[in-house]
Amino acid sequence: MDVILEGLTKAFQLLASLDREVLGIAWLSLKVSGLATLFSLVIGLSVGTLVALSSFPGKKILVSVVNTGMGLPPVVVGLFVSIMLWRNGPLGYLELLYTPTAIIIAQTVIATPIVMGVTIGAMQNLPANLRLQILALGATRAQMVWMLIKEARLPLMAGVMAGFGGVISEVGASIMVGGNVRGYTRVLTTATVMETGRGNFDMAIALSVILLLFCFAVNYILTYIQQRERPR
Amino acid sequence: MTQQQNLLDLKELRVDRGGVTVLDIPSFSLSQNEFVSLIGPNGAGKSTLLLSLLGLMKHQTGTVTYRGGAVSSEAQWLELRRRIAMVLQEPLLFDSTVFENVASGLKLRGLGRAEIKTRVATYLERFNLAHMGQRSARKLSGGEARRVSLARAFAVEPEVIFFDEPFANLDPPTRQALTEDMDRIIRDRGIAAILVTHDQSEALRMSQRIVVMNRGSIVQQGTPAEVMNHPVNEFVANFVGMETILEGEVVRNNDQQMAVMVAGREVDTIGDAEPGAQVYCCIRPENVTISVSHPDEKSSARNLYPGRVTDVASMGPFLRLQLDCGFPLTSYVTRESFAKLELCEGRDVYASFKATSVHLIRRRAA
Repeated sequence: MDVILEGLTKAFQLLASLDREVLGIAWLSLKVSGLATLFSLVIGLSVGTLVALSSFPGKKILVSVVNTGMGLPPVVVGLFVSIMLWRNGPLGYLELLYTPTAIIIAQTVIATPIVMGVTIGAMQNLPANLRLQILALGATRAQMVWMLIKEARLPLMAGVMAGFGGVISEVGASIMVGGNVRGYTRVLTTATVMETGRGNFDMAIALSVILLLFCFAVNYILTYIQQRERPR
Repeated sequence: MTQQQNLLDLKELRVDRGGVTVLDIPSFSLSQNEFVSLIGPNGAGKSTLLLSLLGLMKHQTGTVTYRGGAVSSEAQWLELRRRIAMVLQEPLLFDSTVFENVASGLKLRGLGRAEIKTRVATYLERFNLAHMGQRSARKLSGGEARRVSLARAFAVEPEVIFFDEPFANLDPPTRQALTEDMDRIIRDRGIAAILVTHDQSEALRMSQRIVVMNRGSIVQQGTPAEVMNHPVNEFVANFVGMETILEGEVVRNNDQQMAVMVAGREVDTIGDAEPGAQVYCCIRPENVTISVSHPDEKSSARNLYPGRVTDVASMGPFLRLQLDCGFPLTSYVTRESFAKLELCEGRDVYASFKATSVHLIRRRAA
């Protein structure tokens, strides 16, 4: 019991004193996962919209593949990205392994199928005739796509939040491609794993509290937007 | 109709779906200021025809001409869609405010903010929506949502408007009110319109021309009276029903006791149209009584016309008589009465019906 109590006390001291190392780790996590989410939004939204709005042979298979990708195990992604970025690997010359960029790449790979899958689902859930109604209103193709995205914005936002929540809390890929280098690629999750291993529960708890706060903030924002958009 | 310049012309339209031709229309046109009703059973291709006129059907072939200019490139189709508005069966409102919904077509056209504001205000007003501009479109009743979708379509001030059963599933008073609003604006602005409807009285009241469709083809088209009284085949006859539809003009109205002039004969009826109003008198065949001699003066039937039987057709347990009384009239008689009265084609008879059997519908002047 003492361990928990002592850990909690020290953790809050660390947070209250705005410990430089803790803040640095939190900021890096936010930056890396935020960028990864942004990239996955760009790729997932555009490809997902394209897939949802067009019909082609093999579409069902592709959608199934994307949906499978929504639950991609981070360690598998970590392994795959590691191989690609390995010194002798296909992209080894870029010398990206054990850099924050490598983590961003891995997390983008994890989040993209989530955003893409949600986009396809959200677009296909819109009323079938909505596209015709928008075109009949005099929209160009580009205007139509934009209006459809606007109509699906709530589920899309949920998808983005799910993507962000997934990557900021994953540890496998970050540790494999980032290497948990202090002050360089150490993020909240990898630091928590390490501090726990060392028995530094106070530090681990402090990091976990921040992680939980991030997750809460994300969900709070999402809930807030949904409630504002659909008042009872 | 041919002397007028056609606004919209369609030639050799074919739409294929899954290797099957679902629509095959050699020609169809719409004139300036014309109101056309499309009627026919589900799956007849009515909605497909409207969407094809906007170039929105996949696998459509044929030519569409607007004001004499062929529409073929994507830019020309866009231009056409910006002149023709369409109201689909479901309101399909956007997830935003009522104001934003009505503004959507104007925004797509890149109108200025100030102009959008005044234009939207005008159309919110016209559809009695002025007080709910800031309401969420997701929280409207069925009738309100319909109003918004109509306001959205009219706000772009189209030259032509298509309605695909816009009033389906609405209660009769709401339907009536919306039809009147719509009709008023169409007349005020001189908009040509095509209405897909299942409601015959709606088709009669609004249109100058009725087009009957079945299985992807146009089966018959003509004025409401032509189509209703002279169906070209069994399908149209069964679909439009056998009610006699007579074009007339109200000549007197004494406390709802009205007289309507039909083909030089007065028809007594009950209603509240003012003298001079253009109307249809609709008479159901089962309400028309036949006698061979001048009937008893004490009969309560106010309308009595000498006429001649022009056609006899068997309708199962009874017979359908077509009469010529100076205007066409249809009557049903039992086989027993038919034999007793010694009826046959060419026989002179008296046809009578009560003033209360005449259902009056106002019509648009042709």
